[in-house]
Amino acid sequence: MTGARIGRFAHLAFCVLVFIFLVAPIIVIVPLSFNAEPYFTFTEGMLRLDAEAWSLRWYREVLENEAWTRSLANSLVIGISATLLATALGTLAALGLSNPAMPARRFITGLLISPMVTPVIISAAGMFFFYTNVGLAQTHLGLILAHATLGMPFVVITVVATLAGFDRNLTRAAASLGAGPVRIFRTVQLPLIAPGVISGALFAFATSFDEVVVVLFMGGLEQRTIPRQMWAGIREQISPAILAVATFLVVFALALLLTVEWLRRRAST
Amino acid sequence: MRTDPLARAAARTFAHSVARTSSYAAALVACLAGHAAAQSITAVSYGGSYQRASTEAWYEPFAAATGIRVDVEDFTGGLAQIRAQVEVGNVYWDVVDLNASEVTLACDEGLLEYVDAEMLPSGPDGTPAEEDFAPGTLSDCGVGGVVWSTIYAYDANRFPGARPETIADFFDLEKFPGRRGMRRVPMVNLEFALLADGVPAGDVYAVLDTREGLDRAFRKLATIKDQVVWWEAGAQPPQMLADGEVVMSTAYNGRIFNAQVLEDQPFVIVWDGQLLDINQLAIVAGSPRVEEAMRLVSFASTAEALAALGRRISYGPARASAAPLITTHLETGVEMGPHLPTHPANMARALRRDWAWWVDNQDALNERFSAWLAR
Amino acid sequence: MLPLLVFLGVTFLAPLGTMLMRSVHEPVVADALPATLAALREWEGEGSPPEAVYEAAARELGAAREARTLGQVAGRVNRLRSGLRGTFTRTAGDLEEVTEGPWREAMAGMDSAWADPGTWHAIRAAGERFTARHYLNAVDLRRLPDGSVARQPEERRIYLPLLWRTLLVSLAITVFCLLLGYPIAHLIAHAPPRRGNLLLALVLVPFWTSLLVRTTSWIVLLQTQGVINDVLVAIGLVGDDGRLSMVYNMTGTLVAMTHVLLPFMVLPLYSVMRSIPPLHMRAAASMGATPAQAFRRVYWPQTLPGVGAGSLLVFILAIGYYITPALVGGSSGQLISNMVAYHMQTSLNWGLAAALGALLLAGVFVLYLLYDRLVGVERMSLG
Repeated sequence: MTGARIGRFAHLAFCVLVFIFLVAPIIVIVPLSFNAEPYFTFTEGMLRLDAEAWSLRWYREVLENEAWTRSLANSLVIGISATLLATALGTLAALGLSNPAMPARRFITGLLISPMVTPVIISAAGMFFFYTNVGLAQTHLGLILAHATLGMPFVVITVVATLAGFDRNLTRAAASLGAGPVRIFRTVQLPLIAPGVISGALFAFATSFDEVVVVLFMGGLEQRTIPRQMWAGIREQISPAILAVATFLVVFALALLLTVEWLRRRAST
Repeated sequence: MRTDPLARAAARTFAHSVARTSSYAAALVACLAGHAAAQSITAVSYGGSYQRASTEAWYEPFAAATGIRVDVEDFTGGLAQIRAQVEVGNVYWDVVDLNASEVTLACDEGLLEYVDAEMLPSGPDGTPAEEDFAPGTLSDCGVGGVVWSTIYAYDANRFPGARPETIADFFDLEKFPGRRGMRRVPMVNLEFALLADGVPAGDVYAVLDTREGLDRAFRKLATIKDQVVWWEAGAQPPQMLADGEVVMSTAYNGRIFNAQVLEDQPFVIVWDGQLLDINQLAIVAGSPRVEEAMRLVSFASTAEALAALGRRISYGPARASAAPLITTHLETGVEMGPHLPTHPANMARALRRDWAWWVDNQDALNERFSAWLAR
Repeated sequence: MLPLLVFLGVTFLAPLGTMLMRSVHEPVVADALPATLAALREWEGEGSPPEAVYEAAARELGAAREARTLGQVAGRVNRLRSGLRGTFTRTAGDLEEVTEGPWREAMAGMDSAWADPGTWHAIRAAGERFTARHYLNAVDLRRLPDGSVARQPEERRIYLPLLWRTLLVSLAITVFCLLLGYPIAHLIAHAPPRRGNLLLALVLVPFWTSLLVRTTSWIVLLQTQGVINDVLVAIGLVGDDGRLSMVYNMTGTLVAMTHVLLPFMVLPLYSVMRSIPPLHMRAAASMGATPAQAFRRVYWPQTLPGVGAGSLLVFILAIGYYITPALVGGSSGQLISNMVAYHMQTSLNWGLAAALGALLLAGVFVLYLLYDRLVGVERMSLG
């Protein structure tokens, strides 16, 4: 019996370590973003909790730096546009796929989800060649289309999952009561799949908001997004301003996560 | 393809949100088109403190004087991005800051616009531009900007005892253990390797020109390969030194100078074996804003503009008339002279980069070097 | 359905198609030097080619210089024979002053490379409009002038070792993820619902956090003066001089990628484990099985679908990873994707980048089919 207890204790201890491994890297950057020095390490003053070693200097720098504010605007414009497009198309596709009469369903599902597993370097290279040919490189529109493509699989997956638990008798009942297809969709289907649609949209937005490779290949100076600016920061002009932005992104990620979890719980009850 | 009636209904419901998205996108495109019509050009520089200095010394005053906004993009040198833009016919860079061998190479390939030296402004005393610019700083496609050098530097606090003094010390892992930073290109590193291996400065390129000489340089590099952290952007070496990621690093001299005076870093520059180079401003072929770009190039190549740069970062001017104007560092008042690569005390064992040799060998060596790195 | 497929066709499939086309289609030299290549067809391949070749080449080099395509032509020939880029551009410049033949002497006088049959072999090879060259290069082979295929010289064999390295690293990361993910998935799946949800959230936080943020954090943690080294020095495990190099090398790539991909392992495991009734284990115990036996004979087999799904997904994502190795991998921690990026952005050998990309894509495609067969793509876990 003691053997089992030791085993269980070891399991628990191991799990604690893994959880630390998962979460510590994300937590560690938060205090560092308040570093008063322009470097990436904890200074002695910070460890002694000297008030002077801590500062909001990097947050100020980010807010005052036009490059960062412009990239935030770009990220939002591209992210929101791509999300709307991906959500519309993805929901549509999921509805089509949920129809058992749909031909070649398996093949089409595989095709729709493929942008998610295709290595992004390959998608980005292809998009660079093709979008340049058609004049969409270095435009917001080009990036919106590209990001919508990358985000769409997430919408398809979440909506298909929601529809799996959907009782088709409800639509049949509505139809027998005389409701037209548009009405059925709006009053019966949409409210039921809404949580799935919104989670999918959040996934699509997170995808665009974090995407750097396509932007690197296809975006010009005018299309710099937050991740692109961070990329330049990590590789070129290293500064703790990046940690300030990172902290903001962590908070943002938490907000997205909580929203999705809340939606999931709502959908399952 | 047959579709579910419900899906079609959904399509209609979503149609207006799609329409909203596309009208949004259309508005964006229109706004961008308006943007392009506005007077602005894109200049490309090397990031970090050099980019800050050139923005303050050249691009901002130019914008103030002409009303043409300059957007500054950063890169880490090389011709790849220009080649790519010209090849796919989508040129969005206008003015680039390149080293002299890259300008020659790019000019021969038709990647750059020709620049007429007669159109350049004369010096403050009326000396015509062609005489005022130092030899080798004007070329068919480029106009001299700065004279700079690659040196190596270390953090004084890490060497309480003996300190590195020669280029050979950089390659001496026994005497000075620890990781080194080096730029991830063959240029400069091969020269340093031969200098450290005992080749006199005057013979370096003659030795490199032979197969055995090249092998010798790569062999010397291989002796420290395991201890090298490769950098790409000029802003990285001071950062890596400050973070203690490396104990010494090759670097652009101006970057180290700025870290010394602006951040009080205890960095020491080793001038022994420094490799002098020239950067020129050039205009990308096929730029739709050639005229504005040419105005920027002439603006930045005036003696005043070159001096304004030299008072912000320790790079020497390409034209003689600018030299006396570079007195003290603008922000801290430090005397600039001793910090310039061309100062006599720093020139004892300096090597001038042989641009012609690099024009011929750049591509082959880049390829060999990246294969060497990957192994 | 149709508009959506059209959308995907234009925004995704057409780009992939363009890329695949690039890997076999190289029209630049053929378009720029048609007469030279036609004249070269008459040449036996020994000694210098006939004067007609030189004449055509002189004319077409000048035209390419005018059209500003000379750099592209020279760059492509240069890939087959180093040094020809300079030969092309310099000769084209010098030829502006020459108005009449004999062209052979004129050109050979400008650069001895023009008298070398190797130069013309390179031009002829680069002039093939459709070529398998890039695929050969991508597996460290090359075509000799006589048409036979041979291995690249030793110092240029880099892609096969890199492909192997990518596979091994991906496998290692998959194993690490399984070792770390299995116990915590088990813990979460069998915890009381409230605690389970909380723990699941700990897995999902990294999942939702920006990849660049996570990669930056690892730099902060692993660098020489970073948090982990500081802690190790503070507790006396390593001396101040003996700080470990854990980033900008393979260690950095392994650690950061395991962290990034771990949630993709935990989530499918969790959903499978949650559906295993605890009754099974209790039944096994009541029949006298030790916990280890019960686990091996009853629990583990039931989790295999989750193990398979998670491992495949992690492996698929790992072999195509680019960002994390690029930022924390230094030069020893690079994977095949980084080589694709290098040829896309730095060497501009787009054909080779496309060929390497196509090989990678083929690998991912096979794994994706396997995943679809075993798990079903629409059941991909998203937390």
